[in-house]
Amino acid sequence: MTSATYLRYEVLRNFRNWRFLILTLAFPLVLYFAVASENRHAMFNGTAFPVYFMAAMATLGTMASVISGGAIIAADRAAGWTRQMRITPLRASTYLRAKMLCGYLRALLAIALLALAGTLLGVRLSAGQWLTVVGLLLVGLIPFAVLGIVIGHLIGADATAPAVGGIVTLFCLLGGVYGFQIAHSGPMFEIIKALPSYWLVQAGKVALRGGGWPAEGWIVIAVWTAALVPLAVLAYRRDTSRA
Amino acid sequence: MDIGNAPGAAIVLSHLSKSYGPVRAVRSIDLSIAPGETVALLGPNGAGKSTTIDMVLGLTKPDSGRISLFGMSPARAVAAGVVGGMLQTGSLIDHLTVRELVTMVASLYPRPLGVDEALQQTGASGFANRPTNRLSGGQTQRVRFAIALVANPDLLLLDEPTAALDVEGRREFWASTRSVAAQGKTVIFATHYLEEADAYADRIVLMARGRIVADGPATEIKARVGGRTIRATLPDAGLAQLTALPGVITADRHGDAVILTCTDSDAALRGLLGRFPEARDIEVHGSGLEEAFLALTADDDHDDHVQDDHVQDEELETR
Repeated sequence: MTSATYLRYEVLRNFRNWRFLILTLAFPLVLYFAVASENRHAMFNGTAFPVYFMAAMATLGTMASVISGGAIIAADRAAGWTRQMRITPLRASTYLRAKMLCGYLRALLAIALLALAGTLLGVRLSAGQWLTVVGLLLVGLIPFAVLGIVIGHLIGADATAPAVGGIVTLFCLLGGVYGFQIAHSGPMFEIIKALPSYWLVQAGKVALRGGGWPAEGWIVIAVWTAALVPLAVLAYRRDTSRA
Repeated sequence: MDIGNAPGAAIVLSHLSKSYGPVRAVRSIDLSIAPGETVALLGPNGAGKSTTIDMVLGLTKPDSGRISLFGMSPARAVAAGVVGGMLQTGSLIDHLTVRELVTMVASLYPRPLGVDEALQQTGASGFANRPTNRLSGGQTQRVRFAIALVANPDLLLLDEPTAALDVEGRREFWASTRSVAAQGKTVIFATHYLEEADAYADRIVLMARGRIVADGPATEIKARVGGRTIRATLPDAGLAQLTALPGVITADRHGDAVILTCTDSDAALRGLLGRFPEARDIEVHGSGLEEAFLALTADDDHDDHVQDDHVQDEELETR
């Protein structure tokens, strides 16, 4: 038994949902052009603004891409499809892998579009720097992808939209995605640094310097992931009741 | 019944119970079904049919009791792909065609049926290339059946499978189900239509209020629940005496009234008037299934009515 066919159709149906795809990808792209083109030569936190804001909008786009997978899970549940899958030999690992894969493919598309937009606005990075930005974004997304699964299984289909919208906005605002940082020192800054979205935004800055995140960044992503994975597994396991 | 006493059975349920808060959905049922049997779980809404099916499929965890499917736990049987099911509620996911969806599900099973074969058997070939969100209710139901069939399972569980189908759809559905049964597969379906149970099952398991109230060949059960009821005002008669009347299956008391469920209401009426001339306000009803269930289960949701239960249980056992 191979899971390739299952994964293929799961991806296919996700990418045929073009309304979902366009709405997820368009917002950060529009925001990027609107804000970065006006501030092409500005500097922000020691980085050229177009580079900073490219990473920031990639953070928004990729976070939305993976978390909003929860809305698809919630819709599957509402249709009774999750229960139907429970009475097939589909393994939990295959199911969760498919959900992660779809979120990450959307995220990669978001990154590709923003990289293109950045290039149009004069962002020039070496191959190594591009690789670092994309690599850090993909790693930093793990807790958000898992969070999407948690939301999809814990919250009803009629409440996923505000949940996804609210969570993305909050993480983006505190993480500095919208082009300003609420605090640069003190206890609020410590809280901000404990959020995975802060480190996603920092990916652009880090890439310019070379190397990766400081140890603190890796620890934050690891701790959030370690905390959310058991929650996602639990949410998936107990979610067998009639919708 | 002990699991060890039924080697080779397709399904063995022993002392299976499930409550939802104060509602005792399934109350310590025992059931053994042999491979190749087609069994109807017949009962009104709230009888515990869906809860039983959900437990057999591993979707609901029993409070107590055991389930064995071909000697395996439900989780293992499902993982091994020997069980297929069509749940009572549920629709399909969007953005795939019917054929793609059935192919996707087939890929999960170790020995699936051919996708075309499953589509053909369920009458879904004609709209195989249509997106799943452009189907009528009946077409959706056929695709759901195709999803259950493509598993090529040894045990097929169908929870009120014909609910959304028209007459033609029902006929085709049962023709497909029969051909599955003819391959030696075990088929269990839940229904609240006596006619459906009688026409398509070898055996009927009658459920009401979480219990199995009768279990036997379809014709026998049909005779029992398809009979008539007699209602009479009769304050002083004992239920045991009433039950002993010719043609009476069970007797229940509701205040001053008694209700007799009969296989032969003519004989029962003659007997009643002969034995209890004081009986008045007599009514004879062709009992619907619902009434038959109510009569058969006679107040057994009140556990203090041990007397009624006893009379009824005795009757069922000596039947």
